[in-house]
Amino acid sequence: MTSLLAQSALPAAMGSGVLAHYLFVSVVMFAIGVIGFLTRRTLIIMFLCTELMFQAAGIALVAFSRYHLNMDGQTFVIFVLTVAAAEAAMALALVVLLFRRSESLDAEGWSEMRG
Amino acid sequence: MSGIERVIQTIGETVAVGAQHGGGHVATVEHGPTWMALAPFLPIVGVVICLICALVPRLRTSKLPAWGTVASLAVAFGLILATWLTLDGRTLNVHAWEWINLSWGDGPGRALIANFAFHIDSLTVLWMLFVTGLGALIALYAVEYMERDVGLGYCRFFAGFSLFVLSMSCLVMANNLLLMYLGWEGVGFCSYLLIGYFYKKPSAVAAAKKAFIVNRIGDLGLALGIMLIFVQFGTLEYGELFANERLLHYKDLALAGDFAQIPFNIQLIALLLMVGAFGKSAQFPLYVWLPDAMEGPTPVSALIHAATMVTAGVFLIARMFPIFLVSEYALPTVAWIGTITALLAATIGMAQFDIKRIMAYSTVSQLGYMFAGLGVLTSVGAAFHVFTHAFFKATLFLCCGAVMHGFAGQLDLRKVSGLRSQKGWMIVTLAMLIACLNLSGFPLTGGFFSKDMILAEAFVTPGFRVIGWILLLTAGLTAYYTFRVFFRVFVGPVDFEPGDEHHGEPDSFHPHPPGWAVNTVLAILGVGSLLVAGVYFVGGEQGWVGSMIHDSSAHYQADGTHGGTLFGQDPHTIMYYVSAAIGLAGITIAWWLHYAGRTESATCRADRLAFTRSRVARWARDKWYVDEFYDFLFRRPLWLLGQVFYFFDRWLVDGLVNVFGILPRLTGWAVRPSQSGLLHGYALGTIGGTAVLLLIVWLVT
Repeated sequence: MTSLLAQSALPAAMGSGVLAHYLFVSVVMFAIGVIGFLTRRTLIIMFLCTELMFQAAGIALVAFSRYHLNMDGQTFVIFVLTVAAAEAAMALALVVLLFRRSESLDAEGWSEMRG
Repeated sequence: MSGIERVIQTIGETVAVGAQHGGGHVATVEHGPTWMALAPFLPIVGVVICLICALVPRLRTSKLPAWGTVASLAVAFGLILATWLTLDGRTLNVHAWEWINLSWGDGPGRALIANFAFHIDSLTVLWMLFVTGLGALIALYAVEYMERDVGLGYCRFFAGFSLFVLSMSCLVMANNLLLMYLGWEGVGFCSYLLIGYFYKKPSAVAAAKKAFIVNRIGDLGLALGIMLIFVQFGTLEYGELFANERLLHYKDLALAGDFAQIPFNIQLIALLLMVGAFGKSAQFPLYVWLPDAMEGPTPVSALIHAATMVTAGVFLIARMFPIFLVSEYALPTVAWIGTITALLAATIGMAQFDIKRIMAYSTVSQLGYMFAGLGVLTSVGAAFHVFTHAFFKATLFLCCGAVMHGFAGQLDLRKVSGLRSQKGWMIVTLAMLIACLNLSGFPLTGGFFSKDMILAEAFVTPGFRVIGWILLLTAGLTAYYTFRVFFRVFVGPVDFEPGDEHHGEPDSFHPHPPGWAVNTVLAILGVGSLLVAGVYFVGGEQGWVGSMIHDSSAHYQADGTHGGTLFGQDPHTIMYYVSAAIGLAGITIAWWLHYAGRTESATCRADRLAFTRSRVARWARDKWYVDEFYDFLFRRPLWLLGQVFYFFDRWLVDGLVNVFGILPRLTGWAVRPSQSGLLHGYALGTIGGTAVLLLIVWLVT
């Protein structure tokens, strides 16, 4: 099925050098996200960093999908975007609530779950 | 007249009698009329009445429980009398209902059948006559004796009393060993209930427990014996057991003195049953519970712990006599244990001051006589002694109870004196005198004849002469301690002080003489004790009891043992003179030491004897330290073992369990700090963990 699709509807396969460029961007974005998440204390920035990691993964997925000529990856990214939108709404709402509670956006202000 | 002719003649119809096996005979068992089975169940009526009275508040304060018990027992006695009159030497089997019927194949030994059915022969009737007769009389006595407890206690007492007679009837009348065992345990349980009647008194509770536990030891032997009988003979029914071909064969061997051919397991049965008999009948070394059982109300002591229940052991051996005959060592052991018990209990009884306890030791001692009688093969003598003893010992106890009741619980013979001279105590004194004469073997009393029968047989049975001498000595001691009580308490100067139950000034105390119920019962029993001697002169060579035993499984008559001579004379004739002399000597010594010249209750000539203050007398007063010895030998080691197990459980078993309980907590304590509650911490953990995982994957591949 997938090979049929690849032969009829898709352009020629992309080279592994091109894939590497995409993946490089993805890795850089993910690393920025991780570093940002670990070093920044503001809840909004941390949330943005998670979004960065999310999208890094999305780019990698799309790139691999194109490389393998398998559309499953791209389909999956559509779902990821949807979930990310919903999650963004939820996360921002949480951040707002947390801010109302402590009048601060500092993540270190919250440690109720300490054992 | 031989055994065969007698049975055929009395039954008047064809009876399949096997070859006469060594003097015993086996009569076929006939079906008896159903009404005979009513007698053992009548006491249930008493129990039900007591229950109803306990439940209905308006009836609770009445004496209905007592009268219900008396009436039901009296009717049961009437039924037993009717049974006796129609029995005519037969052996009857009355089936009430099916109880246990298990089978696992065909053939003998492949079915366990135990029904609620009754084996009625003359031995059964002999026992039932005094169980129900004395039961009714003593219940009547208790109507008055227990009247201070009218209410729930009264209901409880008479319910226990009726339940006891029910169990005892079950024990005596059962036609199989399992039903007998049910009754055996039932009487033990009722004895426990009634000894512990005053359950707020720690000593009574302890005595009840002691009686129950000591009896368990004996009951283990009995249970094992019954199981072994079933394994060996494949039946539990008396009729089938006594007609068993193998048993009859062994009996022939035994009577020929050829014990070597009888298998060990067959000989073991009697030894096991014997242990049960020793427990229930308070024989050495299991006698220690009986003196303590005097903590119960006096009617209980009289009926259960003197007249009826404690003779269950004698009944068991008499009933199982064919089994005991095939065991080489069982009957000699019974004889020796009985003799030792008789002497030991008599020496303890001589040194006690509590009159009820003296009577308790005297019961133990007289039971020893009965066992010795069985052991020297005179089942008639033993049964006769059981019969006479039931009368006079019940009388003795009831007299002691009357004294206790009248003097606010006073039982110390040093503190009551001269009852005879006080108003209203005449009947008690006379009944006591008759019973004391019986117990001490005064010539021409029932106790005299029954004791002589045992003594004479002990002297003429080969190998038992020493037993005869010891029993003769014991007879003298018995006469002494019996009349010690009589001369101290019932005659002499009037001098008394009240017991513990009197509250108030000692001067304000007036003894109250017994009422009509107690007097009536004592009069009947006194006359009965006097007349019981008469049964020796009716109904054949060995008296009425002899004829009763002759028709039952306890019958034994071997050649050569009976009719031997003593000093060239008939043993019974010569024993009349010897034992009469010994008894009179005992009475005279008691008179000299405890009556002659006594001016007050507390002191007498005996106190001036150096022997009274000697170490031996003190040891006897302290019961030869048998209880202390048992405490040291059994209770202490068991307690120590219990402590060892306690610590084993507490520290090792519990410790192991606790370790498993502590482990998760320790783990939690160790890893808890990793949960900082900070978002960055978790993020670092997640990312670091993933990095490590990836590193491993990279290294491995």
